[in-house]
Amino acid sequence: MALDRWVALVFLLICLAYGYTAFFTMDASLPPFMQRNPVWPSTFPKVLAVLGAVTALVILLGLEKPSKEPKAQDINYRRLHEYKLGQALALLALMVAYALLLRPAGFLISTTGFLIAGALILGERRFHLMIPVTLLATGFIWYLVQEVLGIFLRPWPFFMGM
Amino acid sequence: MLEGLMIGLSTAFSVTNLLMVIGGCLIGTFVGMLPGLGPMSIIAIMIPVAITIGDPSAALILLAGVYYGAIFGGSTSSILINAPGVAGTVASSFDGYPMARAGKAGKALTIAAVSSFVGGTIGVMLLMIFAPMLSSVALLFHSAEYFALMVVGLSAIAAFAGTGNVAKAVMMTLLGLIMATVGEGALYNLPRFTMGMMDLQSGFGFITLAMALFALPEAMYLVLNPARSETGSEGGKQGEVKDLRITRAEARSMAPVLGRQSVQGFFIGVLPGAGATIASFLGYAVERNIASQEEQAEFGKGSVKGLAAPETANNAACTGSFVPLLTLGIPGSGTTAILLGALIALNVSPGPRLMVDEPQIFWAVIISMYIGNLVLLVLNLPLIPYIAKILSVPRSFLIPFILFFTMMGAYIGQNNATELLILVGFGLIATILRFADYPLAPLLIGFILGAMMEDNFSRAMQLYDGFGFILERPMTLGLLVFAALLVLVPSYRARRARLRADGVADD
Repeated sequence: MALDRWVALVFLLICLAYGYTAFFTMDASLPPFMQRNPVWPSTFPKVLAVLGAVTALVILLGLEKPSKEPKAQDINYRRLHEYKLGQALALLALMVAYALLLRPAGFLISTTGFLIAGALILGERRFHLMIPVTLLATGFIWYLVQEVLGIFLRPWPFFMGM
Repeated sequence: MLEGLMIGLSTAFSVTNLLMVIGGCLIGTFVGMLPGLGPMSIIAIMIPVAITIGDPSAALILLAGVYYGAIFGGSTSSILINAPGVAGTVASSFDGYPMARAGKAGKALTIAAVSSFVGGTIGVMLLMIFAPMLSSVALLFHSAEYFALMVVGLSAIAAFAGTGNVAKAVMMTLLGLIMATVGEGALYNLPRFTMGMMDLQSGFGFITLAMALFALPEAMYLVLNPARSETGSEGGKQGEVKDLRITRAEARSMAPVLGRQSVQGFFIGVLPGAGATIASFLGYAVERNIASQEEQAEFGKGSVKGLAAPETANNAACTGSFVPLLTLGIPGSGTTAILLGALIALNVSPGPRLMVDEPQIFWAVIISMYIGNLVLLVLNLPLIPYIAKILSVPRSFLIPFILFFTMMGAYIGQNNATELLILVGFGLIATILRFADYPLAPLLIGFILGAMMEDNFSRAMQLYDGFGFILERPMTLGLLVFAALLVLVPSYRARRARLRADGVADD
């Protein structure tokens, strides 16, 4: 089964779960005065769930045939391993690490770390260039966000009391 | 209209707003040139900045400037290194890149800038004429019609997704609408579909979603396939820009193209879902078909007309896409959807009342579009040789920075680290959706329109005590039937064409 049908299947399951919530569980918590309204919080979701399930089935059953002319696919997912998959996954993991570290480690350390590690993953080895550039950029962006935009970003780790 | 124009002029020509236009255009050009950050991502990153400014006209002027700048920057990278930063400028590389290869990069950039200027300016004039007309009609609409109109807009976007992709686009739109129902609705303060998670109480952040849908997959594609970004290596050397002049003969051959494509591009831009990309390809195709024999042979090898046509058309279309946004409050493209999100964040409700209630916003934006076009021509063009230096930044530096800006955009809007995890999660899903050839813009448009659509739907339901509004209001019914036809007719025709090709149907 092609990837787009798998996606449609997942979407169908989402619609079923969503529809189940809308049709059967949501209205129980509705306050009595609202039950007299012609429209409930679950009305619109009900419509969406039905339409969504129908559309997912159309794709799943292949009712709409794809156009025959081959498309210029820039990345063929069937041959994903031929691309730099490792780098992409490593960068995603790095982003998750950044998200988890941003508060505890502070903006300056985590951002510098992220930029350096990102460049390392992509094969950059010129440390004499990399370190000053990232330090400068991190400091500049922190100043811009904190001072110019006035949005608070904790600069240092939590134990430094800021 | 004259009165509004005056208000607009006085607002737009204040020192702050002039700086906004100039700054926006410069930032847009700079970032638009980079592969991986299209206009949508840049605008999404700029939204926290715009909200900090506070004044809605200044903020919208800034964002519109960024939008124009990004399109211009995108065409620069198409011409110089054959790597369009934006889908709308792909057609510009057909003739722009061969021209740059032939050592006429400067000339190509000038042609692009002049065409963009003319396309943008004529587009703004048409916008000035048509937007007030459309919004005076739209003032007669009730919530039932609004709901129907949004359905039409969303179906049109799906219908323009191309043969074989309509169902996928519809599915993405519905996914967007479903995601919009997560969190507390405006009408009833009940949390819905939050699965008990506090972080979902206020729903998904639209900046996070915009970043996850566009910036992140594009960055992932750049990582996966290094051939997509030719920055650093050879790109830097080819960015040599000399001699920006064009000859009088070239100007003369361009002139009719500019006129035709400005008008055509504008009207394509007005249609929801069509937008700059279709306008530029169509503009290129039309000009090639009507050109004389010897000119036709030039297309694809560095033809002046072949570059002028898509450049004019895409800028005119960008302007055109503001018509449904400013008059109906319905975005026709991903970019205008993000602008709509920004407006809502600034407490401005776009729609037909915008012109009546806050004429200074409406007209200031239009006037700044003029100024923006001028800024791009007189300020950015001479700076291009310097700005193009950014193309020589190696990708090992560029990509971490793109990812970092993506995360910052999502983070500073909400100041919540969970938002970053949602970003990565959705970014991964969006990348998979792109592998499977699902269009992502309908998802975002559906998401942004979702709340308004449900509002209008609920109000109509309340007024008519049920689904009666669909049958009792002829205009609503007409619009809904039209929406259904928009989705069904293309697939029906494609099916028949296929059957005929197989020799089954013969009528």
